[in-house]
Amino acid sequence: MKIRGALVVAVAVIGLGVLLGGLRVNPYIYFAGYVVLQYVVIATAWNVLGGYAGYVNFGTPAFFALGAYTSIALLEAFRAPLPVLILCGGLVAGLLGLGIGYLTLRLKGVFFSIATFALSVVLQTLIINWDYVGGAKGYTLIRPPVPFFRSWAVLLFILMVVLAVVTVLVARTIERSWIGRGLAALRDNEEAAECMGVPTLRLKLFATTISGFFLGVAGAPFPYYVTYVEPSSTFDLNYAVNALAMPMIGGTTTWLGPVIGAVLLGTAQQIATVTISSELNLLIVGVVLVLFVVLAPEGLTGLVRKLRRGRA
Amino acid sequence: MFSWDLVANAVVAGILLGGFYAAVSLGVSLTFGLLDVVNIAHPAFVILGAYAAYVMNSSFGLDPILTGVLFTPLFYLIGAGVYRIYYGSFERRGEESLRGLVFFFGLLFIIEVALSLKYGVDYRMVEAAYIGKSIDLGGVGIAFRLLVPCLVGLAMTLALYLFLSRTFYGRAVMGVSQDQVALRLMGANPVRIKTIAFGLGIAAASLSGALLITISPVVPSTDRDYIGRVFAITVLGGLGSIGGTLVASIILGVAESLMATLFGPSWSLAVSFGILLLALAVRPAGLFGR
Repeated sequence: MKIRGALVVAVAVIGLGVLLGGLRVNPYIYFAGYVVLQYVVIATAWNVLGGYAGYVNFGTPAFFALGAYTSIALLEAFRAPLPVLILCGGLVAGLLGLGIGYLTLRLKGVFFSIATFALSVVLQTLIINWDYVGGAKGYTLIRPPVPFFRSWAVLLFILMVVLAVVTVLVARTIERSWIGRGLAALRDNEEAAECMGVPTLRLKLFATTISGFFLGVAGAPFPYYVTYVEPSSTFDLNYAVNALAMPMIGGTTTWLGPVIGAVLLGTAQQIATVTISSELNLLIVGVVLVLFVVLAPEGLTGLVRKLRRGRA
Repeated sequence: MFSWDLVANAVVAGILLGGFYAAVSLGVSLTFGLLDVVNIAHPAFVILGAYAAYVMNSSFGLDPILTGVLFTPLFYLIGAGVYRIYYGSFERRGEESLRGLVFFFGLLFIIEVALSLKYGVDYRMVEAAYIGKSIDLGGVGIAFRLLVPCLVGLAMTLALYLFLSRTFYGRAVMGVSQDQVALRLMGANPVRIKTIAFGLGIAAASLSGALLITISPVVPSTDRDYIGRVFAITVLGGLGSIGGTLVASIILGVAESLMATLFGPSWSLAVSFGILLLALAVRPAGLFGR
């Protein structure tokens, strides 16, 4: 697929989203769809660093929550409009990403992952003790009347469709450019890549910043979605596990993997939450994650590739 | 507001807490420090041990620490089993670093969710004669619920130190961490040695879980607080150094206790993770690193 072809598909997906927004279906569809699409953004953003560059980030909740809390601070201070919130949420989380990028100078592999986890807890402690954005009590957002659309659910759903498409397009572009090849080289062997003239530090900084940016973007509309934000649910470990599990299930080396993983696992979770229980659906995520890492380390896209090669 | 009495109490409580933190971190020192297996699920096994103590205590009135000791063989077997799966799926294929990490992260998540499905998210605690008693040493109170876990933690540290330095298997574990090929040439099987060491690590985790529930009530998600603590301690102490683990535990215990007394308990968790980030950024080899 050329760039133009990809753009056509992207516009078609957005059009489909708007069409779905116009239909008079059960509003729950929009709420559930928002969560699934949010996971498409999260999984794709995580994969830019985790899949392409091979640096496993356990701190997804930190970036997501930073996006959400940037929104709250801006709402509290200026009642800033939604597009500004998304941009600023992304930028602040991107800055944090740049910060952890410099961390990669000293910390490789496991140590990097543990440090990102630590970062998430430190940030959560700061937010709990910061009363301006609600502190431990949480923050309640009163939504203004909805502009243009029938309801906030529809607006947020279509917004997430657009964000998901943009994120995937960016990830796809990175993957197919020299940046993607450079990242793949440093994932396989950082020292060798450095010796061959790959600018590893600049590439890593790029990957951590972009990844952080889109994780923040995913979190920025979150206050509008839930209307009540408190630290323990915004910094939930589920985000970290899902951000790992979805690309692992789909396959981490291509942009398609996280999308497939997020749609499958995200939808399964939504269905399980309604029909069984929300605790049990978490158990399913954990078990599926472990099974995939043990049995199909290349994910679904890897399995398909293997089957095709076997037949040919 | 500021009084030296308060500080003295906080320091003593911190040292006692440190002895307990050493117990929690020993397993990670062994598995991560010596075997290079990133067992990030270690805190989940600590909580599992705590719930074992809770169940035996509430239904049979067994002493929590006695239960902890009784359960160690079972957890040793669980640990050995987990390591076999890990070895077969990742280490043998040479893909241990990333996927192994994800494997243990998933394991942690499964244990946590399974516990909250079975026992709910209420705080669970145990009862024993010594919990709630304390002695007073010139204005400084020493609570037995802290003193007993601290003593057990010190005993565990000493036992592990003697095991690693005096026994055949202990020395073999040290050997695995240095040179696996050389160990194989000496006629020992590294996989078997690692299985034993990993089993011991998980057994230590379960026993420290019994200590944990003696100190304070436990919920399934308590394990998250300890991920930072145990890795902060093992990194700060220097990977694989048992003495370093003890020193780092006491440093962390005192720092947290002072922070909680002076600024309020909601900040104390940030101490461990702050120390971890600082240690990783400034001196990844730790205080007593190789």
